[in-house]
Amino acid sequence: MGDTEIIKEFLVESYENLDRLDQDLIALEKDPGNRETLGSVFRTIHTIKGTSGFLAFDQLEAVAHVGESLLARLRDGVLALTPEITTGLLSMVDAVRQMLGSIESCGGEGTRNDQELIASLTALREDKAPTAGVMDGPAAQKKLDPPAVAAPPANVPPLGDILVVEGKAKVSDVAEALEQQNAGDPRHVGEILVEKGAVKPQDVVDALNTQQQVRGQSASDSTIRVDVGQLDRLMNRVGELVLLRNQIVQYTNSSEDGELLGTSQRLNLLTTELQEGVMKTRMQPIGNVWSKFPRTVRDVALACGKQVRIEMEGKETELDKTIIEAIKDPLTHLVRNAVDHGIEISEVRQAAGKDPEGLLFLRAFHEGGQVNIEISDDGAGLNYEKIRNKARQKGLITADQAARMTEREIANLIFMPGLSTAEKVTNVSGRGVGMDVVKTNIEKIGGTVDVQSKAGQGSTVRMKIPLTLAIIPALIVTSGGDRYAIPQVSLLELVRLEAEQLRNGIERVHGAPVHRLRGRLLPLVYLNHELGAATNPPQSGDSRSPVASALENSAAESQSVNIVVLRADDRQFGLVVDEINDTEEIVVKPLGKQLKSINTYAGATIMGDGKVALILDVLGLAQRASVVNEVRDASMEKDAVGMYESAGENKSNAVLLFQYGENGRMAVDLTLVARLEEFSPESVEMAAEQEVVQYRGQIMPLVRVSEVLESKGRNPSKKAQESLHVVVYSDKGRSVGLVVDRILDIVEESFVMQRQSGHSGVMGSAVIQKRVTDILDVPGLIAAADESHVLAGVQP
Amino acid sequence: MANRQQFCTFFLKDQFFGVPVQKVQEVIRYQEMTRVPLVPAVIRGLINLRGQIVMAIDLRRRFGMEERPPSQLPMNVVVRTDDGAVSFLVDEIGDVLEVEEDSFESPPETLRGASRDLVRGVYKLQERLMLVLDAERAVANGEAGSEA
Repeated sequence: MGDTEIIKEFLVESYENLDRLDQDLIALEKDPGNRETLGSVFRTIHTIKGTSGFLAFDQLEAVAHVGESLLARLRDGVLALTPEITTGLLSMVDAVRQMLGSIESCGGEGTRNDQELIASLTALREDKAPTAGVMDGPAAQKKLDPPAVAAPPANVPPLGDILVVEGKAKVSDVAEALEQQNAGDPRHVGEILVEKGAVKPQDVVDALNTQQQVRGQSASDSTIRVDVGQLDRLMNRVGELVLLRNQIVQYTNSSEDGELLGTSQRLNLLTTELQEGVMKTRMQPIGNVWSKFPRTVRDVALACGKQVRIEMEGKETELDKTIIEAIKDPLTHLVRNAVDHGIEISEVRQAAGKDPEGLLFLRAFHEGGQVNIEISDDGAGLNYEKIRNKARQKGLITADQAARMTEREIANLIFMPGLSTAEKVTNVSGRGVGMDVVKTNIEKIGGTVDVQSKAGQGSTVRMKIPLTLAIIPALIVTSGGDRYAIPQVSLLELVRLEAEQLRNGIERVHGAPVHRLRGRLLPLVYLNHELGAATNPPQSGDSRSPVASALENSAAESQSVNIVVLRADDRQFGLVVDEINDTEEIVVKPLGKQLKSINTYAGATIMGDGKVALILDVLGLAQRASVVNEVRDASMEKDAVGMYESAGENKSNAVLLFQYGENGRMAVDLTLVARLEEFSPESVEMAAEQEVVQYRGQIMPLVRVSEVLESKGRNPSKKAQESLHVVVYSDKGRSVGLVVDRILDIVEESFVMQRQSGHSGVMGSAVIQKRVTDILDVPGLIAAADESHVLAGVQP
Repeated sequence: MANRQQFCTFFLKDQFFGVPVQKVQEVIRYQEMTRVPLVPAVIRGLINLRGQIVMAIDLRRRFGMEERPPSQLPMNVVVRTDDGAVSFLVDEIGDVLEVEEDSFESPPETLRGASRDLVRGVYKLQERLMLVLDAERAVANGEAGSEA
């Protein structure tokens, strides 16, 4: 019994060491002079050699021994680290891993012939050219791959080995079968052996099961082994406990009993801590999966003759263990694909003016209750024409569909089975079986995957994976009589508009409702509208849209408006709801397949009273309401305007339209506008007969546009009641507030201005939005104001 | 040869239906549903089944029959599908019946369009006909985004 314990520990320890070795070797390759890393690598191999000798794993010891002596030379400075040596050492790591796998599953190192490897490493140590065998190291192992998403992890013993160790097949038979496979027989080793009568079918099945077990139990990640199923059950219980806790808290809140309240509160705290603790046990940083990729990238790049470096952001992003297991293979495939097909060889890149070294960028982050993983490359991008044609050729789409497809749709064709535009099918990829399996695997765990690409610039594959059994804090709102939950992670703030503010607080730009929040325009989305009128989407630009009328109605009926300010992608928008209820911790339950496709819902939950409530998908909602684009643009900081970036060319001018006096309609170039502000009449003070307000630490003079242009006297009665709408114009640190009667709109239109002599302060007039509009000349206006009053010298 | 199969039966209007018992997880009375906006009307909403969130499909709507009178509350027949449990809203629950395989026939010609796809066949019982519901189809075509 003692033996197995020791061996188990040896395996766990060694797997961890090997993973670190991989990373260290790659790091060493980039920084060969690093004594610390070199020392660490040496010690690791030394340890493996020693322990394997102690446990009488002779072959393992032999291989490790050669590696150790090679490293000794490096450490002593006798040899310099070359790519060949690194490759040789990595091959050694692979061999050790395989042997460990054999030991784990069948107790022995398996039938191996490492003579070539040992010879190559010896040759490297003697500073001679390594034999060809070593260079093919990573590729040679691949001959035994079953056609799967990616090569099976190197520590899984091949089927032939298992059969031999178990005494079910003869070494010579296995060798023959392998030869047959190499000669082009596409069948599995097991099948060939059965056909030859060398093994019984049942033996093959058993051996396959053993292989499966090894695959599932890689002992690399944790120091305590806990059955994942056990954690699953624990997690479920905790989920139920959370729901019960919610119910109890709800009931006891209406109780007067002090004792009960106290106990319930303690239960509350305890449950939260328990929940957090249990979730943590299953969460692992995605870095655990990513740590293998530098090696993968190196190997594939070498095999393809390309130069690629890998960068990662968000290693610490945590995912549930089962999800990590599920995405391991898809991610590996995507990484290999990007290097093999995405990134071009150095000469081509240089000819295109790119850095000869390609970049593979991995990114992971949490957003809105989901984990986003992005794999980007700066390669050649997708060839849309090729894909379109290949798909047509294979009959996957009709000619008609092909003609009508958008780039995005074509890009996503690559996820269809059998589609590959690879010129050659390499060992790495190209068979066309990879991408569709990636998609299926991701969708199996409830995620989505999608690809975007720009010709010549590269592609990005984006995955979104829900945290299904996440327990998240959420804001509960009511709309249209139903309750909805909004994940708190997307929540920025809550705004309530009442009475007075209500009338002015909601304005219209391009026919769409917005609210000015501290100088920025926040597009508004009415939840009732989004969820109600599926058949009447608002026409943008048409101010007589259903939205506008909804606006009028709600403004007329309600006393107040509740706006939930949310963030989606890089944008913000305000969601208008009927009521804001509570914040609660809710258990996220996934929706069934039929409902998953509706992008406004991220899941569902069970409330304290036992009723089901839908969880809103903030990004989906924003997309549906068209307040964000589907493609991520870089968000631009615009003080005054913020939200509306038109994708068009800059031929038209953006102007702010406002009303002055009774009928005056005026436009001012938007670039001149620093801010739109509102001041209450009380805040207007006098300084040397000049109206001013205190604004952002300055004393800002006010110029009443209507007075200057219409040369009317001051109208005191008008002043007293309403708040002032002010267009702030800043120049060289000085700000001036132009008081207008009403802000009308912001439009982007090309127009022709006709110069007019006449009023100073007016540059000319034009037809904007079908009405005759004066164009404001701001400096002229200020100058004109100066004449009638004395503009007090203000400190910038 | 007596090949007998058991069916869980229910009524939709005056039509009599059956689903193989193995497919049925449970039968329960009316449950309050949370409606799901933006889905086809066939999907009435979501119900809480002992902590499991289950989608409820109104079979009357699925078959294009007229609406139930508002005072009549439907019953739930919760069925196992590949994708999890789904509940069918029916008018009334019938008994569990055992039927003879030989009394089975493919759907009659008189069955209109959409209904045709939803019915696997008919058993001729002594007093009436029992239509066999194709549960998978009844669920699948209720997918959001497609009209039944």
